[in-house]
Amino acid sequence: MSLLAISDLKVSIGGKEILRGVDLDLRAGRVHGLAGESGSGKTMTGLAVLGLLPHGARTSGRIALGERDLLAMPAKELNTVRGGEVAMVFQDPATSLHPMLSVGRQLTEHMRHHLGLDKKQARARALELLGQVRIPGPEGAIDRYPHQFSGGMRQRIAIAIALACSPKVLIADEPTTALDVTVQAGVLRLLRGLCDDLGLAVLLVTHDLGVMSAVADEVSVMKEGLVVETGPRGQVLRDPTHPYTRALLESLPGETS
Amino acid sequence: MTLLTVDDLVVEHRTPGRPLVRAVAGASLTVAAGEVVGLVGESGCGKSTLARAVCGLNPAASGTITFDGHPVTPLGLRRRNRALAGIQMVFQDPYASLNPRRRVGAQIADGLRTAGDTVTAPADLLERVGLPRDFAGRHPHEFSGGQRQRIAIARALAARPTMLIGDEPISALDASAQAQVARLMRDLAVESGAGLLFISHDLSVVRLIADRIAVMYLGKIVEVGRTAEVWADPRHPYTKALLGAIPAPDGAGVLPAELSGDVPDPADPPPGCRFHPRCPVAMDVCREREPAFGPVACWLHEPA
Repeated sequence: MSLLAISDLKVSIGGKEILRGVDLDLRAGRVHGLAGESGSGKTMTGLAVLGLLPHGARTSGRIALGERDLLAMPAKELNTVRGGEVAMVFQDPATSLHPMLSVGRQLTEHMRHHLGLDKKQARARALELLGQVRIPGPEGAIDRYPHQFSGGMRQRIAIAIALACSPKVLIADEPTTALDVTVQAGVLRLLRGLCDDLGLAVLLVTHDLGVMSAVADEVSVMKEGLVVETGPRGQVLRDPTHPYTRALLESLPGETS
Repeated sequence: MTLLTVDDLVVEHRTPGRPLVRAVAGASLTVAAGEVVGLVGESGCGKSTLARAVCGLNPAASGTITFDGHPVTPLGLRRRNRALAGIQMVFQDPYASLNPRRRVGAQIADGLRTAGDTVTAPADLLERVGLPRDFAGRHPHEFSGGQRQRIAIARALAARPTMLIGDEPISALDASAQAQVARLMRDLAVESGAGLLFISHDLSVVRLIADRIAVMYLGKIVEVGRTAEVWADPRHPYTKALLGAIPAPDGAGVLPAELSGDVPDPADPPPGCRFHPRCPVAMDVCREREPAFGPVACWLHEPA
């Protein structure tokens, strides 16, 4: 069943067309990868879902979350969806986390707002979440600050924050690009596991086709604001039909023998 | 011909009230003229500190750095020894390394002045890094990250370096610009016969451009070898783990192997081999004695 359906999404900023009719379909328990070079509109697609497009952006088309159209939704209603039903993990945990608020504060703030929990309940849920993203010693970690964690741990915390209100849809914008390869492997495993266990629909935006191959079920390739190819992972990466996908794959350094 | 020799270098960071951190703990490395050496490792392993020490930005606690026969001394207020100006560095973040208040051309001219070059114009250097000549009159904020890094490279090249150092020069750039800028650095260095020490945590890029690869872990170089050989047959368990963690774009949906644990605190390194707490094949000897030999610092590969 499709949880989030993007159809004919067009976005223009300052008269320049950034997205020229994007169609995507996210399903529960599946990771949908979105590949493409920078400037192809991958990130803009993710931001459009959350209504976080830059000021002055004009949109048309439809982003359907169940029966509701996110693009036509009033700002107040969108605020209840954003961070609640649809959550996002950003590229760089060093900048997406607030440096002066403790991890616990950042984890509980939106929970109390969206879910109406009291302090004690929110804290208990925060501890549970930290355990879920496999932060060692959640009781100690909750009162610490982002700078006291390594990059991989920070990204895990960012994922915990995104998961706090039990979203249905998770947008992950290059979640492992700022991390070391060894740490990346752990975060990818975590994402895949969460997607399977919680039945999340994940939109994974990444330029790294290796990452794509490791976790995505479906892969879409974007070029100049259009999706040029969509299909199951194995088919798109092994037997691409679009010449642009083929060019992307061929530009990778040779296979490891 | 060996251009740069780093021998048993130790660099320490002292912060009042904190334990002494040995960021580089006895690393040895050589770079020859016209050679590209890639230095890889996880964040916090001391790669950048090593690079800064080579430029004289961090003083060495012990060990020596020799460049073209001259010992490298820490940078001071006095005029730098002309011979040492042959080492030039491209920094990680082009948003911070260019002066926002000066025109690009003027910043490149600084480099030309260092080399005593009165013939070359800044615009010539912009052309060499693939930018239009008229960019010289603009300010850094008018450019994208990739363009700024090209400008930073042009500024480094202006000083006619014989040794170019790139300290994660591509990690602040967009994915599609990364390979381009890395290739550009390689081409320009090799073309002018200079050596290049290229530091990155991105193994796939290092593989593209490096002749030799050095793997660093917690302040020590654990494996050195020709790139193709290291790639095809990594010998140190850490190198194996690093390479094994790169997901292959084969469409098979295989999650890469995870290296358990975190990098230990460099202020309190484990006894024996520094990698043994995370090593899948650790033996008794690994917990007791540190393997102090090369090219593969592992008891499994002890030279006879």
